[in-house]
Amino acid sequence: MSAVTDMTGTTAQSKGVPAPRAAGNRPESQIGELRISGLSRAYGAHTALHSLDLTIRGGEFVALLGPSGCGKTTALNCLAGLLPLTSGRIELDGRRMDTVPPEKRGFGMVFQNYALFPHLTVRANVAFGLKMRGTGKAETRRRVDEVLRLVQLTEQAHKHPGQLSGGQQQRVAIARAIVMEPALVLMDEPLSNLDAALRLEMRSEIRRIHQEFGLTTVYVTHDQEEALSLADRLVVLHAGRVSQIGTPAELYEHPADPHVAAFMGYRNMLTLNVVSSHGTQAVAQRPGLRLAGTVVGEAPVAEGQEVTVAIRPEDLRIAEDGEEPNARAVAEVVEYHGRALHVEAVTREGDRIHVKAQREVRPGDALAVAVDTDRALLFPASAAADGTDGAGGTHGADGTDEAGSPDASSGSPDAPAEEVSG
Amino acid sequence: MSGLPLTPPPTAPQPTTPPPALVEPQGRTALRHRLAERGVDRTLLLVVPAALAMIALFCYPFLYGLQLSFQPTKGGALGAYQQFFSEPFSRKSIWATFSLAIPAALINVGVSVPISYRMRRDFRGKRLLLALLVVPITLGTVLTAEGILEFFGPAGWFNRTLHLLGLADSPVKLTMNYTGVLLSLIISGFPFAYLLTHSYLSGIHPSLEKAASTLGAGWWQRFRYITLPLLLPGLMTTFSLSFVMAFAVFPSAMMVGDPNGSTHVISIEAYQAALERFDYAQGSADAMIMTALMLVVLGAIAGLRSQLYRGSTGGKG
Amino acid sequence: MSAHTIGVARAPRRGITLRPGAWLTWAALVFFFVNLLGVIATVLLNSFGGRWFATWLPSGWTGHWYGDAWKEFNLGRVLGTTVEVTFLVVLVSLVLAVPASYALARQNFPGKKLLTILFVLPILVPPIAYGIPMATVLYKVHLAGTLTGVVLANLVPSIPFVIFTMTPFIEQIDPKIESAARMCGASTWTVLTRVLSPLLLPGMLAAGILVLVRTFGMFELTFLTAGSTSQTLIVALFSAVNSAGIRSTQSIDAMAVLYTGTMAVLLLVALRFVNPTQLIARSSD
Repeated sequence: MSAVTDMTGTTAQSKGVPAPRAAGNRPESQIGELRISGLSRAYGAHTALHSLDLTIRGGEFVALLGPSGCGKTTALNCLAGLLPLTSGRIELDGRRMDTVPPEKRGFGMVFQNYALFPHLTVRANVAFGLKMRGTGKAETRRRVDEVLRLVQLTEQAHKHPGQLSGGQQQRVAIARAIVMEPALVLMDEPLSNLDAALRLEMRSEIRRIHQEFGLTTVYVTHDQEEALSLADRLVVLHAGRVSQIGTPAELYEHPADPHVAAFMGYRNMLTLNVVSSHGTQAVAQRPGLRLAGTVVGEAPVAEGQEVTVAIRPEDLRIAEDGEEPNARAVAEVVEYHGRALHVEAVTREGDRIHVKAQREVRPGDALAVAVDTDRALLFPASAAADGTDGAGGTHGADGTDEAGSPDASSGSPDAPAEEVSG
Repeated sequence: MSGLPLTPPPTAPQPTTPPPALVEPQGRTALRHRLAERGVDRTLLLVVPAALAMIALFCYPFLYGLQLSFQPTKGGALGAYQQFFSEPFSRKSIWATFSLAIPAALINVGVSVPISYRMRRDFRGKRLLLALLVVPITLGTVLTAEGILEFFGPAGWFNRTLHLLGLADSPVKLTMNYTGVLLSLIISGFPFAYLLTHSYLSGIHPSLEKAASTLGAGWWQRFRYITLPLLLPGLMTTFSLSFVMAFAVFPSAMMVGDPNGSTHVISIEAYQAALERFDYAQGSADAMIMTALMLVVLGAIAGLRSQLYRGSTGGKG
Repeated sequence: MSAHTIGVARAPRRGITLRPGAWLTWAALVFFFVNLLGVIATVLLNSFGGRWFATWLPSGWTGHWYGDAWKEFNLGRVLGTTVEVTFLVVLVSLVLAVPASYALARQNFPGKKLLTILFVLPILVPPIAYGIPMATVLYKVHLAGTLTGVVLANLVPSIPFVIFTMTPFIEQIDPKIESAARMCGASTWTVLTRVLSPLLLPGMLAAGILVLVRTFGMFELTFLTAGSTSQTLIVALFSAVNSAGIRSTQSIDAMAVLYTGTMAVLLLVALRFVNPTQLIARSSD
């Protein structure tokens, strides 16, 4: 277990941040739970989102994660009410929300391009929602001041969005969304337009604001690092279907399918044939490579079956003396990554493998690499075939509730704690 | 609210003619760089032919007309202008022009806004609709006028339909008067205003309205507080151009109007002076008055417009 | 299209819930188009009609007005002149204006504002207002009534029009492409012919077609500067209407239909290359 274990807590206090000045009487969370069931959206013949089931508890930070075109933004827009649903329903504490127009839902949204009103000052942008609600002048002023202080934009209050930097615009967008103290905050890739340094800074800012205001947040991103560091729970989408729902640690340690594994940094993915299997463990090989790994999923694998192995670079070791290596390869590219070296090596058969090495390696060096059985995940080939596996496809709707509880990550290592697919 | 970046004001005496170089050998290159820094290099030569053509074909005739207008056959330098304002018939043409141009522009822009607001999203057949709207613009004023004469005329289909529906007992007079010209200005001007409004509207990023709706704004509030303020500068431009079109009304005022009465517009006055009475000085003076009036209106609108927010209407603000 | 389509989750397709506002919108548009159709159709029908008084339709059908009009108004020559004038204007204005629009789109220089005003004014000032002095000048230099005079007069609005149509086309070409070509060793001439021209071709085509359509329909300037041998179709049409009485309206309408038909063909061609908004956008502002 690595540094991500401390992210598994679901409550806002899990990081032990002391309650800050602005929110001394911080609201716990306004909502009990938001239940999304069977949510789907089709554009003509193309289905962008297949039957999404998800229950979000108050105070939770949920990230929708996936490559572009996976349906995550569609899901968010459906949630906001900006897109009509093709089927399914959304309920907030038992109240049906999907028939409510967006302006009546009371959700806050941060758009990818911020969508700040260019003709209004920062203050007027933030106050817009309050004005729409008919909030009084004094009350508006007080709340806008408070939020602007929180996002550290008091100095910029009189400026127009065009005069602000990217990070400042981003904070205005957040301030505008949260000043209403919305039941749910939706964020659509809010950091994608920022440069790397600012992105890191804003990331912790968003998490801080989420905690200080006791918000419930749904966050869309394609950046797994962002999702892992921010969210209490992740929903990985692939081609409009849910691949897996779980805490960062669950996903990181126990990806449910190769798509999730690829997203979670399992860079070594190769197709192997099973030589022998023993319960949840199996030995598989291809020319120049033979290893023992852990089978993912309930179905046992048979001899000769095709499997995809997924191994993270940091789990591949340089074999110790006397140890039988799993593969031999020649280092080709060596990148310096601070305390470790990232080595791209090629086996004699031409397979490329990625290894994180702690000791000095030079291009051209011969390497003998090994992996521990529990760190090599074997996915049966059927699971790799485009998310149409039958195994976990049926119990999605009822299984979502337990996910994300802090202890879920300590579940058995060979079965993913949560697996939903449509 | 700072204005758009303009070309820098010429602070140096003049950028094109250099101060004499003190150090001869380096002077040439340095000057070239300095000029290039201000955007003056050989690329600029490309603009010369077109600029010369405009000067020769537009500025020169215009200035020639201007000086000609001060040389009337009688009445001293300002005789032609005095003549225009002292003669009730010609003086009234100003009123005739404005009373056509302003309502026409207002109607065209005013109707375009709600229609294009409703149709801002894509729907099937939208491109066809836009293409159809181009038709009247390209029909040209003459054909439109001819059609109006026959369609809206006393025995035309329009009046026959009114009669059939029992809406009118005797034919309504819609041609050879003010109404006829207004109709022709709307038929050729509305599509123009609509297409412009439409393109300004589609320049406003849709996410702004979405953002407003997640903040609790209903459709009227979204229009009132977000779309309209962002659209307003574009609307004023549309109004200006619609006004310019209507202000210059000429053939339809002759054909479907009452050119010697209620639709004796200023362009007819100028035309008659110059090419029917061959009084070029008077005709030029009329043309100058016409230009001046139009520039005054455009200037006023531009002044109003500069008070508004102007800048990006995209999502990034 | 209801005001709430952004929000309402019901019936994504086919759900055109017609509210009063939507009804009004469509009604206004339909009314407009019905009248427009009527305007065009009466002219078309009349040109094929026999006698047509106080009835819904003409009493009979005939095509002979077209032959009459052709002979009576000397349409063969008029059409020839029209084509000649239009193509000359397109050609000259493209040659003069495309380089200028490149410089204006790429460069910031002292006096650019002034130059822009020089190019905007001819679009804004009513054609009658500068057409009258222009006709006087043409008269003075003995070009009044000639084809050259007509072409020169029509260049005045066409050159700015090409410039303002081309500028956005040029602005969307990344200047880095030119830099890249230069870094690859291309000379200015090569950059121009091998790199820029192909990229600019769509813009030039669009601008050319737009000028073609506009010159074909330009009445005022041609009317003021043309003589009897250099008038274009639209001017001939106007003269025929204004001196009517002795002539039958049917043959005038036949001419009008010929005009409209030609225009329709030009338009169909134009719409293949440009979008409708470009046909009317007159200045970059």
